[in-house]
Amino acid sequence: MDARGLAPWLADRLPAGAVIIDPVQLATYACDGLAHYKVVPAVVVLPETAEQVATVVRACAEHGVPFVARGAGTGLSGGALPHADGVLVVLSRMRDVVEVDRANQRAVVQPGVVNLQLSALTRPDGYYFAPDPSSQQVCSVGGNVAENSGGAHCLKYGFTTGHVTGLQLVTPAGELVELGGKAPDLPGYDLLGAVVGSEGTLGVATRVTVRLTRTPEAVETLLAGFPDTDSAGRAVSAVISAGVVPAAIEMMDALAIEAAEAAVHCGYPAGAGAVLIVELDGPRPEVAHQFEQVKGMCEDAGAFEIRVAADDTERALIWKGRKSAFAAVGRISPDYIVQDGVIPRTRLAEALTRIEALAGERGVRVANVFHAGDGNLHPLVLFDDAVPGEAERAEEASGAIIDLCIELGGSITGEHGVGSDKAKYMPRMFGEDDLDTMQLVRCAFDPAGIANPGKIFPTPRLCGEVPRRRTASEGAHPLVEAGLADQF
Amino acid sequence: MTTVTDALPRLLEASGGHAREGGVADAVDGLVPPYVVAPTGPRATEAVAAVLRTAHADGLAVVVRGAGTKLGWGAPPRRLDVVLETGGLDELVEHAAGDLVVVTGAGRRLEDLQRDLAGAGQCLAVDPARQGTVGGLVASADAGPARLGRGPVRDLVIGATVVRADGVVARSGGKVVKNVAGYDLGKLLTGSFGTLGVLTRVALRLHPVAEAGAWVTVPVASARHASALVQGVLHAQVVADAAELDRPGEGRAQLAVRLDGIAPGVAARAEQTAALLGTGAQVSDTAPAWWGRDLDAAAHGVTLKASYEPASLAVLLEAVDDASAAVGLPLDVRGSAAVGTLTVGLGGSGHGSDPAQVAAVLAALRGAADRFGGAVVVRDAPAAVRAAVDVWGPVRGLDLMRRVKERLDPTGVLAPGRFVGGI
Ligand SMILES: Cc1cc2nc3c(=O)[nH]c(=O)nc-3n(C[C@H](O)[C@H](O)[C@H](O)COP(=O)(O)OP(=O)(O)OC[C@H]3O[C@@H](n4cnc5c(N)ncnc54)[C@H](O)[C@@H]3O)c2cc1C
Ligand SMILES: Cc1cc2nc3c(=O)[nH]c(=O)nc-3n(C[C@H](O)[C@H](O)[C@H](O)COP(=O)(O)OP(=O)(O)OC[C@H]3O[C@@H](n4cnc5c(N)ncnc54)[C@H](O)[C@@H]3O)c2cc1C
Repeated sequence: MDARGLAPWLADRLPAGAVIIDPVQLATYACDGLAHYKVVPAVVVLPETAEQVATVVRACAEHGVPFVARGAGTGLSGGALPHADGVLVVLSRMRDVVEVDRANQRAVVQPGVVNLQLSALTRPDGYYFAPDPSSQQVCSVGGNVAENSGGAHCLKYGFTTGHVTGLQLVTPAGELVELGGKAPDLPGYDLLGAVVGSEGTLGVATRVTVRLTRTPEAVETLLAGFPDTDSAGRAVSAVISAGVVPAAIEMMDALAIEAAEAAVHCGYPAGAGAVLIVELDGPRPEVAHQFEQVKGMCEDAGAFEIRVAADDTERALIWKGRKSAFAAVGRISPDYIVQDGVIPRTRLAEALTRIEALAGERGVRVANVFHAGDGNLHPLVLFDDAVPGEAERAEEASGAIIDLCIELGGSITGEHGVGSDKAKYMPRMFGEDDLDTMQLVRCAFDPAGIANPGKIFPTPRLCGEVPRRRTASEGAHPLVEAGLADQF
Repeated sequence: MTTVTDALPRLLEASGGHAREGGVADAVDGLVPPYVVAPTGPRATEAVAAVLRTAHADGLAVVVRGAGTKLGWGAPPRRLDVVLETGGLDELVEHAAGDLVVVTGAGRRLEDLQRDLAGAGQCLAVDPARQGTVGGLVASADAGPARLGRGPVRDLVIGATVVRADGVVARSGGKVVKNVAGYDLGKLLTGSFGTLGVLTRVALRLHPVAEAGAWVTVPVASARHASALVQGVLHAQVVADAAELDRPGEGRAQLAVRLDGIAPGVAARAEQTAALLGTGAQVSDTAPAWWGRDLDAAAHGVTLKASYEPASLAVLLEAVDDASAAVGLPLDVRGSAAVGTLTVGLGGSGHGSDPAQVAAVLAALRGAADRFGGAVVVRDAPAAVRAAVDVWGPVRGLDLMRRVKERLDPTGVLAPGRFVGGI
């Protein structure tokens, strides 16, 4: 039985319109935010409940049909890239906020809930969901969980993994399991910690219990213009080594500023070779004192202009340029590759110099926008696909940047994930034994290898003996029970 | 297959000469291991791998020992052939102060590590200084008061080298704080009590040592009062760095809130916190005597760890009172009240070691677990008690955990029986 063959059976069990096989409609799901990889799935399903997800996955498991979970499809590593012979499980209809539990500082949500909506909903109560990827207006909490997403403020508040305390998971065998909860330290292995960031390869999250963060008493934001990235980098080092933990420190270089300016007219300091956005939050007296310190450090490092946001409107304006930077690059270049790599923050100056050199050698330009506080670079490699050979050279430069990150002791991805795009780089960062060990964990969850196959690992491990036992409570397979098994 | 009795030559060879016969002093839960291996020197990780390959091939059961301070936690192992001591894996590999990262051998003592870091004004956020090892800390996932502000141990681990039960050496994570490449095996190993792999090297995220700190203490009148105080702290914007409750079975209960930061900020926040906590609140620049100290296993004989939804603190404390009345034993309670973890000590004067009494307390508390949303596990207890009661209690997701263990340690080399569900 292939995926297409399952469609009628699934259509009988899912709400009207929840199973898509129309080629035109299917094509709209062919890619995520990394649009140059495209695969049209065999079937798309739009379940509304965890039980429906489990029904779909169980059917896939029984027939060895691969499935891929998809949230909002904003991923930048081809993580939600469909499987041509598989089922794409789209979670966009599971958008209920099940519970906001202020007393416990938790919220329980369905996976399709949009990141920013959760914060918008809880802010009047003095709370918000801290992980804030730049895509937060559209990306889903389920996608955040699967990618262990970060954002500008994860320098201080940590990544998604620190903000998820419980998950309901449909395992690749179709079982519904609860991991963690609202309380900490439930006995057993930290399976939750393994599942967050596993990019949909260990199952489908159908309910997420998240930690809500108290809104800070005070927030101060500054924008500092520097002559070059070296001087801006010195300011970053000074701040960190003084023991200040800002909520965010973001850097943009001249090319990125130019793009943002063209797109959103954010009015960044004219002639800056680099800008820093530094935000401090917390109790008022601490913020006030440290903000003065930070301003001084920026001046000492060579900032020629420092603007302080007077209110939330001005703060939003400062952030606007930064948050729209990826898309803005389209204004100054017909095509671009968004790269995501990490270096130890102390190697920043060296990394930027070498990135410029290796791009120059290949005749392409690189705009840099990044989370400077934790060394997470987002070099945007600019090219023109109309110029023969340029796309290849851009791809080469982008790959060379990743090699550089590894060489400097960093990582091939800080937040966008491995997905389809970077599976080939995994062996450069990890040895065979390392990857094999990770895949043993995968085999524990997904012995048949049907959950988002082809992602993360360049070569799938065969799990050998499948130690799957049908438990009594599961009963007979639904297909058999329904008297449909012999139909196939 | 060699038999257990003639494994010494092979263990000696595997460990580069660092193997010996075990003695009573090496006993784990009353089981005296026939052998102890303690790899050391620059090739210690390879030696650990070779020892595990031997154990895997010969069907030997291995218990990892760091400093041995928490070896009594968990269920007693079913079998024990080799104690693998990690003290020789104590190399400080790299302290990248500018990146707030340290890479260290898993056998390094925490107090040594904190001393290494102090010079740069940094620390591993698991106050106070401990004699235990880094590996033991990670494998037991046990954090102190700082967890409220700095997060649990799992959030501090950014990379790990682990030797699998079959002797294969694997790494995950790295030495940068931000990194989502591949599965986070460090999280899986955190709290695994030596049953999934042997940590040989760990990369940890560090924090700057705060310039100033203050404690605000307040007497606590009742379970409901404790809960109201903790709710007040949680929902305020003072950003408490820790909030610990000490509630002896007999005597006065106290809540203490710690504030870390820069001097003028701490002073202002301490005043705010004192106002919040109300009558009897006092600001001090020294910690209460009990701060950050485990309920002493020696004095109590038996300690339990309860986790709960923070808003259900009163439910838990009332359940403790009920249990105390039912068995006629004073129960001491201490821990990170705002995080949702407390330790319960049975019989402060050392009388709480009767298996039947422990079982009764456990049953009473677990009976209320649905109402406080958490779990109760046995921590310190004499082997006789741990043999008589269910140490771990009910576990969510046990089936998946078993499958993880089966994949990573199919023949049950690593501390068989120690973990949940007999894993
Ligand atoms: C303009 C732009 C800016 C961005 N900025 C950031 C940023 O600052 N930080 C950052 O971290 N990322 C960023 N991203 C990347 C992306 O938005 C995040 O990775 C996001 O979390 C993906 O969410 P999604 O709902 O779109 O997931 P999708 O793209 O739909 O899926 C992503 C992965 O998650 C899996 N998945 C989705 N839902 C589930 C589920 N319920 N259960 C199991 N697996 C699931 C998929 O299989 C896939 O592997 C950005 C993307 C864009 C386009
Ligand atoms: C408030 C508080 C205060 C504390 N104070 C102290 C203190 O003063 N002194 C103190 O020692 N501890 C203290 N602890 C406990 C401490 O956090 C750790 O539990 C301790 O570091 C354990 O280290 P160990 O080397 O003694 O571990 P061990 O007792 O040797 O081992 C503990 C467990 O971890 C496993 N294990 C050990 N090393 C490894 C490894 N490398 N790989 C895999 N598994 C391994 C063991 O098999 C065992 O199951 C305190 C805890 C709290 C909450």
